[in-house]
Amino acid sequence: MDGIHDLGGKLGYGAIDANEPEEPFHADYEGRMWAISRSSRAPGINIDWWRHVRENIPADDYLNRSYFDSWAQTEMAALIDAGICTVDEFVMQKAIGAAAEQPATQTKAQVLADHATKKFSFEREVDAKAKYATGDEIHTIASPSAGHTRLPTYARNKIGIITAHRGAHLLPDAGARGQEVAQHLYTVTFTARTLWGVEAAQNDTVSLDLWESYFA
Amino acid sequence: MPSFDSDKVAKIHQHLHSHLPSDSALRVKALETILVQKGLANSENIDRWVEAYSNDIGPMRGAHMVARSWIDPEFRERLLDDAASAADEMGFSGPASGHLKAVENTNELHNVVVCTLCSCYPFSILGMAPNWYKTAAYRSRVVREPRVVLNEFGVDISADTAVHVWDSTAELRYLVIPQRPAGTDGMSVDELGALVTRNAMIGTQRDLAVQS
Repeated sequence: MDGIHDLGGKLGYGAIDANEPEEPFHADYEGRMWAISRSSRAPGINIDWWRHVRENIPADDYLNRSYFDSWAQTEMAALIDAGICTVDEFVMQKAIGAAAEQPATQTKAQVLADHATKKFSFEREVDAKAKYATGDEIHTIASPSAGHTRLPTYARNKIGIITAHRGAHLLPDAGARGQEVAQHLYTVTFTARTLWGVEAAQNDTVSLDLWESYFA
Repeated sequence: MPSFDSDKVAKIHQHLHSHLPSDSALRVKALETILVQKGLANSENIDRWVEAYSNDIGPMRGAHMVARSWIDPEFRERLLDDAASAADEMGFSGPASGHLKAVENTNELHNVVVCTLCSCYPFSILGMAPNWYKTAAYRSRVVREPRVVLNEFGVDISADTAVHVWDSTAELRYLVIPQRPAGTDGMSVDELGALVTRNAMIGTQRDLAVQS
């Protein structure tokens, strides 16, 4: 999606606060939002769809509201879209219908044990052989999926070199449409000058992880 | 089930924009309240997850892996070859560690990590990402002018050192292995780990300081 989230290489966003305090959370709601996202997810809402819902936040909100605020809005929108909640419920802070039983209470040790089991793999077995090998030159496509895609604008229609084959991974473009499609995934390295022109340092490089259908 | 319909969620966002309170804390409170009432979340468990990410899961995990790689050449080899298994070995696995990759700095090369499209981060290994990592400023600029951005972090990269930016566009997550500082011979893994900063493992710091 050619949306506001596709920020790589855009100009005008100003300086970076390099002296931010190192605490993990800077407000209580940040921690609660993070914990909500770790401890609950409604069925069918996969990571690709979730990211795409976030990309669809209106551009001014995406840029101007805080990061975890955008997560709250994404969770709400995904739950409303899936028919699990309504806008009114969030506005009124009152769920319609009988109160449901909460998930069992966990100790921190149980939370940590649960966390350790959530090492997900996005790699899948596929019949198709990898079309490319390390060292091959590829040309990225100019126009990926109109919906969710992980080929950023700055890396479109560019020539790069395959620097690793990562096996076949689930394709986000399909995941955000509710489909499970695995495709060979490669780390592709571009010279900074290919991407940004002669202003970039001659010896600098940028690597992205890109799926086979992103190559022309 | 989700609709997987972009136009539909765009309209839902507009409704939420018009009807929700402006305050972020109130929005998150509304979300938690409804999830609890619907049996999709438990507030006590949310407290425990906050504690886990405040005290137990954080950059000390990555720092320990880096420090061990400095004194244990076989571990270093395993870390560079298959960082996900190396994280398993340390008991640090979890979400976002399944496709972990370690990239090492050398005299000739400096690595720095970004997610230009969202905010992907190896949080089982490094804990919460700093806010700056998630800002439009960092995401837009570090991929285009990494040397200028590094300068803002107080890092000066000489012209003969190459900068390699890793944009986390898939589920691979990157951990930068900084160089071991001089004057640390004989230090234990815990002493060395205390020298390794979060920013060094993202790549916005290059030289680690040795405390006296």
